[in-house]
Amino acid sequence: MSKVNVTMSVRKASASTSIIDIQGEINAFAENVLMDAYTQASSAGAQNILLNFSGLEYMNSSGIGLLVTLLIRAKRQNQRLVACGLSEHYQQIFLLTRLNEAITIFSSEADALAAL
Amino acid sequence: MAEFNQETPTTSHPENAWAPPTPHMKVADAPGGAMNLNVEGRQPVSPLQGFGQMWQKTFKVRLSGIGLTPIQVMEAWKANFSKFQPPENRFYPTMTGIQPGSVLLIQAKVPPFPGMPSMLPVATGVMVLYADEESFTVMCPEGHPLAGWNTFSAYEEDGTVVVQVLEQSRANDPLYEFMFRYMGASGQQDNIWIHVLSALAEHLGVKGQVMVTRTLIDPSVQWSEAKNIWKNAAIRTVIYVAATPIRWLNDLR
Repeated sequence: MSKVNVTMSVRKASASTSIIDIQGEINAFAENVLMDAYTQASSAGAQNILLNFSGLEYMNSSGIGLLVTLLIRAKRQNQRLVACGLSEHYQQIFLLTRLNEAITIFSSEADALAAL
Repeated sequence: MAEFNQETPTTSHPENAWAPPTPHMKVADAPGGAMNLNVEGRQPVSPLQGFGQMWQKTFKVRLSGIGLTPIQVMEAWKANFSKFQPPENRFYPTMTGIQPGSVLLIQAKVPPFPGMPSMLPVATGVMVLYADEESFTVMCPEGHPLAGWNTFSAYEEDGTVVVQVLEQSRANDPLYEFMFRYMGASGQQDNIWIHVLSALAEHLGVKGQVMVTRTLIDPSVQWSEAKNIWKNAAIRTVIYVAATPIRWLNDLR
C-alpha cells in the first residue's frame, strides 16, 4: 500500500531567501522530493534556504540523514540553511543528533525571516 | 510556487522510536566481559562533528524467494545482531537489546598495518538513536573511529525483501582519517557490513550478493574538528591495556 507521504513547495521570500514548506513525512523515500525542492529553491540564486517544518507529521532517522546531506550541499554552495516550525519533539531530535549546531532553529517563519 | 510530491509505502510511526534526549551516553548495564571504555559520558557525534571526508555508503542484499516480511526479517536481525558480526568485531548489547537510547559496547581489533593480523584493541560503542519495526540507527560517540550513524533496514523493492546498511559518516579525527585513507581501514570497515549482511542472509537461508555503493558527500576535511584526536578511542584503549599491569600492582597494595 502506498500514498503521497510528503509534499514540498517552494516560495520566494526575498531575492536572497527561499522557503521550502514541508508537509507530511520525511523518510528515505523523500530524498528526490527534498533535493528537487532544494534545486528549485536555489535556482534563483538564494543565499538562505528556510525549511518550514510546520506541516511535518513524522520524520525518522533516514530523514535526519537527508537533512545532513542537504546541509553539506548547501554549505558547499555557500548557502545558509535554517529551520522553523519544528515541534518541541523534533527540536529535541535536532539537539540529540546535533543538527542544531549547524541549522539555526527559529520558532516561527516571521522570526526566521527577520533574522536573515 | 513549485510543488514536489512523493508517493511512498506506508510505514509505521511509533511514538517512542527516538532515543530520549541525552547530551552524553550512559551505559546502564554493561554486559559481563565487555570493556566499558570510551563510551560512558561521551557525546554522540553526527557526521557534522567529524574531521574527515564525508562518505555515504550503502550495502544491500536482495533476499530473493524468502517467505518473510521486512518486519520479520528485522526482528531476526535485531535478535541476532551481535552474532552476525565478524570475529574481530565483538558487539555487547545491553540486556534491553536494541531499544532507542540503549548502548551497544564494541570491542574490536584492528591491524596496525594493511595485511597484518588484527591485534590492536579498540574499545568503543554506539547508541541506538532510532528503532522502529523495519529499521534502526546507531550513532557513534566521540573518540569512535567514525563520526556519524549507520541505519539498518529491511524493506520491499519490486516484491523482494531487501536488507540494507546505510552508513553516513566522517573519520572522527586526523589519525583515523589517515588510517581510513591510506592504511586500509576503510576497506576493513566495509568488510564488516558485507560480513553482517552475508551472515544475516545465510541465517535466513538465502545466498545473496552484497551490493555496495560509495558516494563522497563532502571531499573536504574539517580542520576545526582536528582536536577530536584527544578522545581517540584506539589510542586510549592501547594506553589502557598497556597500563593493566600497573593497575594490578596497585590493586595488590
